[in-house]
Amino acid sequence: MKFAVSKPGTTVAVKTGEWRSQKPVVDLSKCIKCATCQNYCPEGCMGTPGQAPDIDYDYCKGCGLCSQECPVKCIRMEQEIKQVGKPKV
Amino acid sequence: MALTTINNSAAIALAASYCKVDVVASYPITPSTPITHELDKLYVNGGFPKFIPVEAEFSAISSLLGASAAGARTFSATCGQGLMLMHEALFSTAGLRLPVVMAVANRAISSPLNIWNDEQDSMCQRDSGWIQLYCKNGQEAVDTVIQAFKIAEKAMLPAMVCLDGFYLTHSVGQVDIPDRDKVAAFLPPYKNPCVLDPQNPLTVGAYAVPADYQDFREDLSADLEASARTIEEVGKEFGKAFGREYGLVEYHNCKDADRVIVTLGSVYNTIELVADALRAKGEKVGVAHLRSFRPFPAADLRANLGGKHVLVVERDISPGAVPPVYAELSEALAGTGSTVSVAAGLLGGREAKRQAFESLFERMKQGKVKGWFCSKEKKL
Repeated sequence: MKFAVSKPGTTVAVKTGEWRSQKPVVDLSKCIKCATCQNYCPEGCMGTPGQAPDIDYDYCKGCGLCSQECPVKCIRMEQEIKQVGKPKV
Repeated sequence: MALTTINNSAAIALAASYCKVDVVASYPITPSTPITHELDKLYVNGGFPKFIPVEAEFSAISSLLGASAAGARTFSATCGQGLMLMHEALFSTAGLRLPVVMAVANRAISSPLNIWNDEQDSMCQRDSGWIQLYCKNGQEAVDTVIQAFKIAEKAMLPAMVCLDGFYLTHSVGQVDIPDRDKVAAFLPPYKNPCVLDPQNPLTVGAYAVPADYQDFREDLSADLEASARTIEEVGKEFGKAFGREYGLVEYHNCKDADRVIVTLGSVYNTIELVADALRAKGEKVGVAHLRSFRPFPAADLRANLGGKHVLVVERDISPGAVPPVYAELSEALAGTGSTVSVAAGLLGGREAKRQAFESLFERMKQGKVKGWFCSKEKKL
């Protein structure tokens, strides 16, 4: 007899950042700390508004909203490179 | 045993209240309305703790799904279009392993609109994962409701108690209503092993990724198949406690019979009368009542009917294919040397007289029979 149940705390256990195919990278030298990216981020993982973005890659799904909305265009989306299994020699 | 003259729907509602049902959610729809009506009447008189006056059948089954997950014993009644509206949640109830028990007053389905009896409504829910038990009279319906709670809660699977609309729901007869205390002794309290509890939160009905999903469906399928033994055990226990024993299939004069008609529901009674009359004339005929359609008792049927000419009378269709009971019985009897015939019809309240069944038994002498039963167009 199998029951499809789960205990609370799945948000902690499941690192949704693993779904990402593109990764936002901030050029801090251009950043004006306007907090636009931090207010737009649907996951709330761009750090504290008013401070330089500090991305939590465990939960960033790579949607690219931050990059799109940045007024000084200092966030670029890079292709995520993932290692699956053992690397081939 | 004390016989009471009572309407079968009232007897079913009373039986459910004797089973100490906690929550009932039911929406009236002909011909299951009298069951809902009687349940409501019992509720206002303190028969059980909670009746939810839902706005439709989808809410009815959804409320019971939640109540059952929270550890309540639950009951409902519906039929026809009401059961169709429940369709999605029926699968969820079974997949969540919640032992909801529901009386289904078998009725035709639209379109054309028809409120009379056949078994199309429950038949097309056959893949939902529910146990389906069919009753041939009011007494069986009362007894089966009581057993259904025990079977469902042992197997942790929901169960439908199917009884023919109008023929059984609206008829008054003599029924032995089991003693309330004896029912309480027969039925242990319901304990859900994965109960919803605010103190120990958990997600019921979590999603399963492709790596796991099939495992749950295999498990459900295996447990539904294994519930056949539970149905037999509970049927025997019921016999010991109340004097009426039940099994998966009821065989009447089948042992030495060369021709047997298999059917489900109240139409069995007419066929039994015809078969008994033919027996008296020396014809080796028998009748079998398929009490459990889900799980389908394939092994039981093979052991008892293998090698015989078996004809299925069923009141349902599968447009574009052969009717379901015939298909499944053909598979069960394959390789035993049996001839499996089918006469499907009597839809939407169309009735058959005894002579129709007499001629069916007669036709079986000439070999395989396959077609519509009591059709205006094509005579069998």
